[in-house]
Amino acid sequence: MKILVTAKRVEDPESKIKVKADGSGIVQDGLKYKINPFDEIAVEEGLRLAAKHGGEVVVVSIGPKEVQEQLRHALAMGATKAVWVNHAGALDPMSAAGLLKAVIEREKPDLAILGKQSIDDDQNQTGQYLAEWLGWSQATFASKVDSLESEAEKAKTPAIQLAADGKAAQVVREVDNGLATLTVKLPAIVTTDLRLNLPRYASLPGIMKAKNKPIEELTPAALGVDAAPQVEVLKLSAPPPRKAGVKVADVQELFTRLKNEAKVI
Amino acid sequence: MSTVLIVAEAQPDGHLRKATLHAIAAGKDLAQKAGAQLHLAVLAQDPAALAEQLKPYGAAVIHTVASPAFAHYVAESFAPAVSALASSIGAGFVGAAATAQGRDLLPRVAARLKAAMASDVLRFSGSGSDITFTRPMWAGSVIADVKLKTPVKVFSIRATEFSAAEPGGAAAEVKAFVPPPEVTSSPTQFVSFNEVKSARPELTEASIVVSGGRGTKGDFKEIEALADELGAAVGASRAVCDAGWVPNDYQVGQTGKVVAPKLYIAAGISGAIQHLAGMKGSKTIVAINKDPEAPIFQVADYGIVADLFKVLPELRAAIHAAK
Repeated sequence: MKILVTAKRVEDPESKIKVKADGSGIVQDGLKYKINPFDEIAVEEGLRLAAKHGGEVVVVSIGPKEVQEQLRHALAMGATKAVWVNHAGALDPMSAAGLLKAVIEREKPDLAILGKQSIDDDQNQTGQYLAEWLGWSQATFASKVDSLESEAEKAKTPAIQLAADGKAAQVVREVDNGLATLTVKLPAIVTTDLRLNLPRYASLPGIMKAKNKPIEELTPAALGVDAAPQVEVLKLSAPPPRKAGVKVADVQELFTRLKNEAKVI
Repeated sequence: MSTVLIVAEAQPDGHLRKATLHAIAAGKDLAQKAGAQLHLAVLAQDPAALAEQLKPYGAAVIHTVASPAFAHYVAESFAPAVSALASSIGAGFVGAAATAQGRDLLPRVAARLKAAMASDVLRFSGSGSDITFTRPMWAGSVIADVKLKTPVKVFSIRATEFSAAEPGGAAAEVKAFVPPPEVTSSPTQFVSFNEVKSARPELTEASIVVSGGRGTKGDFKEIEALADELGAAVGASRAVCDAGWVPNDYQVGQTGKVVAPKLYIAAGISGAIQHLAGMKGSKTIVAINKDPEAPIFQVADYGIVADLFKVLPELRAAIHAAK
């Protein structure tokens, strides 16, 4: 089977994000960049499915030349080939979905797996736009019943279950108050939640091999897509700070303050 | 006159989700700013009871949309109905609470309406069609003001940022909307729902939350005992959910549940950015941690540097004694 996965370049989620004084963007000095953690989970699930059922994993990223680092990372994890949509401007979920749709129509995968959201704009929309525009099934927030410390996880078992005829897949989704299970008709869009899997590290041989794997370069113009964003960011600001709290000496003081000062118990 | 359409949500058992009342309050606020009328959409196998319940909450019109395909929620059945309804009433804004269902459904509705969308909206400003949506980015480290440039604008709201709508005022007019036939031909089929059953209040709706982190080493007995003494919900950090110590559904954080109770007690939680994003809107925050340098203390109103297994039973006993 052919599986398409995404690899957005985002700020390292561990880094401290500061807003520029004029609110026009974030301070980029000293920031490290990584593959979006949810996309890394998508790459891992794609690799597990390809290992179990045979096939290839195509990784896609949209952005300037730096996004090739994230593509190389996914190739080093084991993806077969990469597609780089060379695009310098701002991107929103609609423009990303429009570009991914065009790439999918060229690549014709059986399944596309995306992160449920990227940790920069936190919109959680692209997979759903894409599914609708393709007229495909969607299963968002893919998760699994087994924990990340289970034997199934250690054995790198894919969580997405393919039907015997290869025409459908069963996906467990993380929703409010529990887990919902859906059957999607293939081809389909799946978006990943946190507990779908633990992504592998790229091995040294994997990193060496990735250097010789192909990265195909495309542009919005070549794909015939107008990537102008429809979400216009006017201004960024820092959230209001919380006022400094106090350290209490013991439980009795904590109880007294909660009861008499905060009046919450 | 433009219209703001809010999509109501039912629990799997058919009862109204409380988050819908927060979405209605947000819809009212937006309708006032936009000079628009507030309409609600109720999609269900039999939407009559939910529509009746929602009548006094201030909407001008409630659209009931009935289909056997709505027995269980799937985006591919709900999205064509919501978008067809939005088009038929000329809605300028379509929104719902940013629940798992809202997050799954709304972008698919937006895609059909060729509309841009703002997720997790904290507030609206502006007037007429010139509305600014304020929303979090980078796990709440940044607050963004955004405009949506498409004629129809779609949004999800963060329920904790809007007080629940109160009943009162004129009853809404109830109209039936016939959904397009494609709602019955979804390529996606519902299989099952495994609900995490709990006698405690729902995490996002509780007025007190007691959460445990890695410091519990997976032993949630004291967390649960204090929660039960306080009538509170139980939450957890990502690490303990990942380890499978507690259900995933307990996770508080940017990627889990966002909560804003009047009291949030964090026991053995260090306070990673993504956890803080999910709880720093709480009115009063208590941090219990052995590590005095834990980042959780930076957002806590009251911090105690001590072993949670000592603090929690003592606190529970003090609360019990004062009853």
